[in-house]
Amino acid sequence: MLGQVIALVVLVLGTAALGVWWSARQGAVRGPRATPAGIDWASSGIALADRVTFVQFSAEVCAACRSTSRVLGGITGSSSGVGHREVLVDDHLELVRTLGVLRTPTVLVVDGGGREVARMSGAVSDTQARQALNRVTTAVAEADGEGQS
Amino acid sequence: MSASKGIDPRGPRVGAGITAVLLASVVLLGASTAGLWLLTFIMLSFLLGTLRGTEGSWQGMLFKRFVRPRLSPPTEMEDRRPPRFAQGVGLFVTAVGVILGFFGLLPAVPIAAAVAFVAAALNAVVGLCLGCELYLLMRRTGLVKA
Repeated sequence: MLGQVIALVVLVLGTAALGVWWSARQGAVRGPRATPAGIDWASSGIALADRVTFVQFSAEVCAACRSTSRVLGGITGSSSGVGHREVLVDDHLELVRTLGVLRTPTVLVVDGGGREVARMSGAVSDTQARQALNRVTTAVAEADGEGQS
Repeated sequence: MSASKGIDPRGPRVGAGITAVLLASVVLLGASTAGLWLLTFIMLSFLLGTLRGTEGSWQGMLFKRFVRPRLSPPTEMEDRRPPRFAQGVGLFVTAVGVILGFFGLLPAVPIAAAVAFVAAALNAVVGLCLGCELYLLMRRTGLVKA
């Protein structure tokens, strides 16, 4: 019996650690993944916005996709030049493989030129989405600076 | 997606909490016949939840009957498909343990229960749906069809 109790304690502690780790990662803004250049978004039916587009990969069986969709929808409603496109992974398996998307929701932050600037996976909060937007603004400013020098 | 089609998101989480306690009991029972029977019962509960959705499982009914009346109305409703898919994943994991157990491999019983416990406990406590997280990986490898 003692062995089983120890097994259960270890199991509970391991689960708790996993839960903390997972919660901390939810929606965290990360750098872009090295993906092949020249993704043809239009041919996948994803029309990019002028400045920045949140490309959200969702699935029917994904609960966090709903809240993420609401958050991003709210942001695009209040900022100009910012778009939100939600696609089902089931319809875009090739694209999902090319982009290295492993879970839903995964949100790629894509600039007007079609380059990935950042990505987030898991439920995205309003704060995190705005952080990601700032990252795009910074990246664009840097690119402009380089062009002028 | 209309609100009427949704379910109270707290229902599946309460249900997962009940299931997690039962799965922890299986771990405590260890590689024993009693553990095998309890895991079989949990497997059948997952079967019910997979066929009827979480709100149709006995845990869902307990929630509706005893917990929901004591709570304020939910701020938002949840799609019923993600938790139902998770029930299917739970069914698969526990079924592997049960089948191996009935073939005489009793140590498989607490191991399968431990795996299912991680998923159920995380679902109950932090709202993580492990099966849903793995859905895309399973689609990518062709384990699951749309």
